[in-house]
Amino acid sequence: MNETYASEGRIPSGCAVGALINRGGSLISGTVIVELMSLMRERATDLGAGYAGYGIYPDFRDFYAFHIMYGSGAAQVATEELLRASFRVERDEVIPTRRVEAIRDQPLLRRYFVRPNPVAMTEKRIKDEDEFVRRTVMRINADIDGAFVFSSGKNMGVFKGVGFAEDIADFYRIESYKAYCWIAHGRFPTNTPGWWGGAHPFSMLNWSIVHNGEISSYGINRRYLEMFGYKCTLMTDTEVIAYLIDLLVRVHGLPPYLAAKVMSPPFWDEIDRMDDARRETFEKLRIVYGSAAVNGPFGIVCGYGRGMFGLNDRIKLRPMIAAEKGDNVFIASEESAIHAVCERPDRIWNPRGGEPVIAELYKEVAV
Amino acid sequence: MKRYETPPEFRVKIDKDLCQRCKRCTMQCGFAALSYSAEEDKIVADHHKCVACHRCMVYCPQGAITIERNTHSYQDSGAWPVYLRERVYKQAATGGVLLTGMGNALEYETIFDHLVLDACQVTNPSIDPLREPMELRTFLGSKPDSLEFDAADGNYRLKTYVAPQVRLETPIVFAPMSLGAVSLPVQLSLAMAAEMLGTYMDTGEGGLHKDLYPYARNIVVQVASGRFGVFDEYLKVAAGIEIKIGQGAKPGIGGHLPGEKVDDQVAATRMIPPGTDALSPAPHHDIYSIEDLKQLIFALKEAVEYSKPISVKIAAVHNVAAIACGIARAGADVIYIDGFRGSTGAAPTVIRDHVGIPIEVAIAVVDERLRREGLRNRVSLIAAGSIRSSADVAKAIALGADAVAIGTAALIALGCRVCMKCYTGNCSWGITSQRPELYRRIDPREGSVRLANLVRAWSHELKEILGALGVNAVESLRGSRERLRGVGLDKNTLDIIGVKPAGVGY
Repeated sequence: MNETYASEGRIPSGCAVGALINRGGSLISGTVIVELMSLMRERATDLGAGYAGYGIYPDFRDFYAFHIMYGSGAAQVATEELLRASFRVERDEVIPTRRVEAIRDQPLLRRYFVRPNPVAMTEKRIKDEDEFVRRTVMRINADIDGAFVFSSGKNMGVFKGVGFAEDIADFYRIESYKAYCWIAHGRFPTNTPGWWGGAHPFSMLNWSIVHNGEISSYGINRRYLEMFGYKCTLMTDTEVIAYLIDLLVRVHGLPPYLAAKVMSPPFWDEIDRMDDARRETFEKLRIVYGSAAVNGPFGIVCGYGRGMFGLNDRIKLRPMIAAEKGDNVFIASEESAIHAVCERPDRIWNPRGGEPVIAELYKEVAV
Repeated sequence: MKRYETPPEFRVKIDKDLCQRCKRCTMQCGFAALSYSAEEDKIVADHHKCVACHRCMVYCPQGAITIERNTHSYQDSGAWPVYLRERVYKQAATGGVLLTGMGNALEYETIFDHLVLDACQVTNPSIDPLREPMELRTFLGSKPDSLEFDAADGNYRLKTYVAPQVRLETPIVFAPMSLGAVSLPVQLSLAMAAEMLGTYMDTGEGGLHKDLYPYARNIVVQVASGRFGVFDEYLKVAAGIEIKIGQGAKPGIGGHLPGEKVDDQVAATRMIPPGTDALSPAPHHDIYSIEDLKQLIFALKEAVEYSKPISVKIAAVHNVAAIACGIARAGADVIYIDGFRGSTGAAPTVIRDHVGIPIEVAIAVVDERLRREGLRNRVSLIAAGSIRSSADVAKAIALGADAVAIGTAALIALGCRVCMKCYTGNCSWGITSQRPELYRRIDPREGSVRLANLVRAWSHELKEILGALGVNAVESLRGSRERLRGVGLDKNTLDIIGVKPAGVGY
């Protein structure tokens, strides 16, 4: 990535978030999520938007799909050299885009379908493929000036950039992709980030996160993550949330529900009223993971392959509405956005602060 | 008449018209500075004995007494401040070490006063603590890095062992002050206040008096180099145990409670004969290295069957970060760091004023080093040594402390005027005296209410600070140096404490 952007520091932003999933695994056209997002144009600006689609690369479902943006040819050469040394590159192509009037200054955008090279893994003494990929991505993003891996999961992909959500969708031809789960974002930053990598979703491996809010506990969340070897290079709140989820769920093995409860913990008053077993769980969760609690206003949606969850801060300082119809579950910053794509939902509700909305594929569904 | 080496520091002025010769002031003064002259029918002051403790002034029913600094002149000299000249006179006359009480009295820059806190505007909302929950509950003890759960039909059962914790309803505890250094009513006031507040007091090294046993759940007991009053029940009844290695006011120096202060109750509590000097060696003679400390930590853990956290209290010295890491590795659950402004009942003035480093720096470097070593979860940190206000509490926590300890502030709440004469045993307020006619002046019920009021007031203010910062739990401020900015601090200091200068955004 380019260090000059990091030196601008953290830029607070308000935003629109939207997400949907078909729990049966049926694929939904990108036009649906684009329509949902376009209803919330008022919440966003032309300063950043993006989409994550799950299930979009069924032909390459066993390959890690790297979406990389390059600021220069040199960055591409250096990155590809590193990729070829560590991976078997099955396919390497330009990410298809179309010319859109409002979208300017786009970087070079390429995607690679890769598998880790077992020899390289042995050399690095890493047994787990995901861990190998994670470290490679962090290395490229931290060390190669002008290169940024913005998507690295399997059978999923992130498309993002600087522009309104509808224009970014046009640019990336989102309508041509079909996914069982979509997560999207439109951004309202306080000043110009001017950098494509800074748009949401933020993604690592199969995880993708969109975020509306500003973390008032950023300082300690970041220092907590540093203890576990995470380097926060982007200086964004969303990056911190992404790493927290990675640490809690992937590394520490907490189920998404408890990870959500770490980030938006119940109040001590509530914990004191719980029965013994539950009190033990939630008291210890807060005692041990106090520095991982995310304080300040936020509404996030996090996709993780088998499902997604939406979560608010515990006193709900940012909006988030959820709805269900049949196998479909929707989450959005505004109710109108859900009605735009879902007539007469079976249930529509305002999730309580700190109460995660978790929607997963049915157990028998393979994707 | 006795010839004094130096002129009196203060002058006691008694308004002859107002004074009714009730003689109350002569009884109030613990230092015998005031007496009644029958021949002249007036109160006579021996100005040399006055320490400006205000006791006579506060208790004069006529408001007839004022105490003024003696404004005698010396020739000006930048090189020879008056206090140094006067010390030379005293030492030339006696050949002795000059003693003092309380904390460092020299005017070093106070880093706390060069740190400012952040607040929310527009992009994230501040939170009103009068309308929304605001949480200060804090747990001291060793935490594992992660937790494992068994999931069964929507319920999660904890599988990971979590070491015992001390629960605090506010991140403010009372600093160790031993029976002998302070009087029993002071300890009782602290214990009763700790119970009311849901925090704890610390016995210091003088043992646990039997009157304090009912409050033992809110008491941490100390094991110091003199081992005074240490026996199995002492360890078992307490909320936690603290090994005292050092004290901010006198790092590297032991303790000496003179025999005159060892009355029957001090003697019984310390388990020594009445009237004997109570000497605490400078080091623990069974701890000459970090591995020796580990043995004592585990001996204590074994003694109480791993039922309570073990704390280690050290003074903030140059290598404090590395020392703290060693203490964490040796198995301590809590590390108590006492900065160079920390107080004492008695210490050589030269040590109190010139040894050790500020708590602001110490807590910052210890927190950072523990994080780099991957040890921060294993220990809780208590910062002490001149925590003077709720602002200092917030700043110490933002620099990395889990909780703070207050000693001097608590004594001031009980009436202390910081006259620094604790070591004389004459405290007119009854705080640091073992003379019954003096210490009976403290009513533990009233004292405990005053202490509880102070800590509650600070806790309310801390909630206001958290609300302005837009967070509703104290753990979101802990170690969050991003919410601090330095004003007028040099770049080296800022780098060392990990704080940006004011004007830099996120």
